[in-house]
Amino acid sequence: MGNQLATREAYGLALKDLGDRNKNVVVLDADLSKSTKTNVFAKAHPDRFFNVGIAEQNMMGVAAGLAAAGKIPFVSTFAMFATGRAFEQVRNSICYPQLNVKIAATHAGLTVGEDGASHQSIEDIAIMRVVPNMTVIVPADAIETKQAIDFAAAHKGPVYIRLGRAAVPNVFGEAYEFRIGKAALLTDGTDVTIIACGVMVAPARHAAEALISQGISARVLDMASIKPIDKEAIIAAARETGAIVTCEEHSIIGGLGSAVAEVVVEHAPVPLERVGVMDTFGESGTPGDLLKKYNLTEEAIVAAAKKAVSRKKA
Amino acid sequence: MTQKLTPQQLTELAGRAKSIRRNIVRMVTEAKSGHPGGSLSATDIMSVLYFAEMNVAPDKAHDADRDRFVLSKGHAAPVLYATLAEKGFLPAEELLTLRKIDSRLQGHPEMKNIPGVDMSTGSLGQGLSAANGMALAAKLDARDYRVYALLGDGELEEGQIWEAAMFAAHYKLDNLTAFVDFNGLQIDGPVAEVMSPLPIPEKWQAFGWNVLVIDGHDYNAIYDAIQTAKTVKDKPTMIVAKTIKGKGVCQMENVVDWHGKAPSREECDLFLSVLEGIED
Repeated sequence: MGNQLATREAYGLALKDLGDRNKNVVVLDADLSKSTKTNVFAKAHPDRFFNVGIAEQNMMGVAAGLAAAGKIPFVSTFAMFATGRAFEQVRNSICYPQLNVKIAATHAGLTVGEDGASHQSIEDIAIMRVVPNMTVIVPADAIETKQAIDFAAAHKGPVYIRLGRAAVPNVFGEAYEFRIGKAALLTDGTDVTIIACGVMVAPARHAAEALISQGISARVLDMASIKPIDKEAIIAAARETGAIVTCEEHSIIGGLGSAVAEVVVEHAPVPLERVGVMDTFGESGTPGDLLKKYNLTEEAIVAAAKKAVSRKKA
Repeated sequence: MTQKLTPQQLTELAGRAKSIRRNIVRMVTEAKSGHPGGSLSATDIMSVLYFAEMNVAPDKAHDADRDRFVLSKGHAAPVLYATLAEKGFLPAEELLTLRKIDSRLQGHPEMKNIPGVDMSTGSLGQGLSAANGMALAAKLDARDYRVYALLGDGELEEGQIWEAAMFAAHYKLDNLTAFVDFNGLQIDGPVAEVMSPLPIPEKWQAFGWNVLVIDGHDYNAIYDAIQTAKTVKDKPTMIVAKTIKGKGVCQMENVVDWHGKAPSREECDLFLSVLEGIED
C-alpha cells in the first residue's frame, strides 16, 4: 500500500519492457512524450518511436496504417486529445476496421490538476466505451497498469487504457492477475458494494474500512475492465448486498456509473448511487484540492454508501 | 526521360477503363444512390495503377509484400469495387449489390470483408494518414512495397490532410505516392468557390513533397509520373492529376449534380451507350 507511482509512470516502464520483448511494438506520441512517459520507450527503442508532432488526428490514422501492416502501435497523448480531438479517427480509422491499435491516454480526469478544465478529460470513458469493437480499461495502480499493457499487446483489436498524472498508492500485490471482463474483489461485504476504477479505488477501500465502524459491511470491487464489464460480479453484488455505489474520476454521465447502472437496471434493480464529477467542468488546483472540492473522496463514498443502504430499507 | 506504355498496354488499359466505367454506371443505377462523378474522374488513374503498376493479385490479397492502395476519397467506392472486380478480387455480378442490405459492398469501403480493400475509408481526410502508417511499416520492416493513396481535391479542405502531409515529408516516406483527383468540383459547387484549396501543387511543394502535375486521363502521363515517383529519394510524391468529373459520360462531365446522384434506368441505358461509343 505504501508505494506511490502514477499510472503513467508505470505505463512508461511497462511499455519499455514490452518493447524489449516484442519487436512489433511501435510507439507514437504527439509532442507529450515527457508527460505520457513514452520517452522511456523512446530512449530504449528510438527506431520504433515516432513523434508525430501536435497532430493527434494524423497520429490515430498512422497507427491504423501501421496496424493494417502488422505492427502493434501504442499511441499516447492526453486523454482529452486522444478521445476528444481525434474521436472520429478512433471511431472510423481504428474501431470500424477493428485494427490492432492501443491507445494509452494519460492525464485523464481532474487530477491533471493545475492545467485546468481544458485539459481535464471527464468524458473519455463514456465516448470510448460507446464505440463498437473498443475495449476500455481503467487501471487503479502501477501493478494493474503493467498487466493492462501486457493484456493490450496480446489482445487483437483496439484497446483504450486510461491513465493518470498523479501518483496513486498500490492497491494490488505483485501476485495480482488482471483479467479482462472480470472485476477484482478487494474487500468482501454484505450490506453494499462499492465499485470503483482508477484513482478512486484506493479511497473506496478506505471508505469500506470507515463504514465498518458505522455498522455497514461493504464489498469493494475494482472494475478496471469497463468494457467488457463484469456483469456477473455486478449482478451478484446487487443480489447479495442489495445496494451499489460507483466511484470514478469521470462524469457521472456515461462512465463506470452508467455502465454499472445499465447492468443493474436490466438484471437486478437495487438502489444505486454514483460518485463522480456532477456534470460540470473542473478547474485549476492541486489534484488533492480538486478531488476534495468535487467530492471524489472517501467521505463522499461513505455518504453515498449510507444513502444507498438507507434507500434499500425505504 | 518519359516512360511509355506499349501499344498493347494502352489498348488493354482503354478496355479496362471502359469496363470499369460501365460497371460504375450500372452499379450506382442499381443502388439508386452513390457517387458516379468522382468515380469516373478517377477511373483512368485506377486502371493504370491496377493494370500497369501495382503488385496485387486476388490470390495474394493479404501478402505482406503486396503494394497497398488507400482510397482516401472513400465516396468513390464504385471505382474501387469495379476495379477490384476487373482485377478478379470480386465477382462482377456482386457489384450490383452495392449499398444493399447484407452486401459486402458498403457505401464507403470497408476493409474487413473485402480482399483488396487495404483501408476502411469514407470520412474524408483520414486515408492519407493510414497510408503514412503503411509506408512507415514498410520502412521498419525493410519491405519494398509501395503505398498509393487517392485524395479528392475537396478533401484537401480537411485539416488532417495537412497533418499527414507534414508527417510523410518529415519521415521521408519516399515509398508513398499520392494522387489528387483534381476534378474541380465538390458537393456544393466548384472547389474554388466553396473553400478554395488552390493552388494545389504549390501547397504540397511547400509541405516538402515531390510534386508532379499531369493530365489524369492520359495513361502515359499517369504511368510516367508513377515511375518518376519511384526514383525520388527521401520525399513522398504527390501527383496532381487534372481530371474531368464524370469523365467518359458527356452528359455527366463537369456537372456538379452528378457528384452524388444515381442515374435513372433510362439515363443508365443512355450513358452505357455513350460509353460504348468510346474507342477502346
